[in-house]
Amino acid sequence: MDDQKKLAIIATKGTLDWAYPPFILASTAAALGYETQIFFTFYGLQMVRKDLSGLKVSPLGNPGMPMKMPFGPKWFRGINWNIPNAIQGIVPGFESLATVLMKQTIANNGVATIPELRELCQEADVKFIACQMTVELFGFEHSDFIDGLEYGGAATFFEFAGESDICLFI
Amino acid sequence: MDFAKELDARGLNCPLPILRTKKTLNEMASGQVLKVIATDPGSVKDFAAFAKQTGNELLSSAEAGSEYTFFIKKK
Repeated sequence: MDDQKKLAIIATKGTLDWAYPPFILASTAAALGYETQIFFTFYGLQMVRKDLSGLKVSPLGNPGMPMKMPFGPKWFRGINWNIPNAIQGIVPGFESLATVLMKQTIANNGVATIPELRELCQEADVKFIACQMTVELFGFEHSDFIDGLEYGGAATFFEFAGESDICLFI
Repeated sequence: MDFAKELDARGLNCPLPILRTKKTLNEMASGQVLKVIATDPGSVKDFAAFAKQTGNELLSSAEAGSEYTFFIKKK
């Protein structure tokens, strides 16, 4: 299988929204026959923890994020709630509320959940590698992470990335 | 068209219709035909691209209302 295409991804973000691109691309690539590897580093480690409750969305300082309600009549759902950063910043639990609403929007649209996509990646033999340096830097233990994870460093990443056809930094 | 298996991917969004299709094809024999029904408008281009890249043949791709029906022959 030397002619098999290879996709290497570095996942560096630790929010719910940014957990999507690596898992969507990796699972789809695997379905298309790519040998796929994701290297999780820095905040990207959140995506491979057993507990995924750390993955949230933050509308704060994110002007591109529509703030629409996932329930109610159509006219109500269409309203974009333009809440100033200054107010978002002082309301306790604002990110948690935004995350609850985002998860509902995701479900309403038939979009897969992150645990689902992560499992699909694992079923399709996408290789997950966690950056050992950031595991230590952030004070995590290997037991915080899902099974089937390998631990390595930059050189480990290049071993596969150097042979890859596509290499993405997300 | 005759088909061996049917996959209901209605209500699912990218990339689930493709992933479920791949999973279902894995359980099928070479030459068998899979029928997929989807509602994701992006699936029209995605199924053509999936077929082209995996070598599974897209026998037909049809649109009726808000539903898309694909027949895929396993490589």
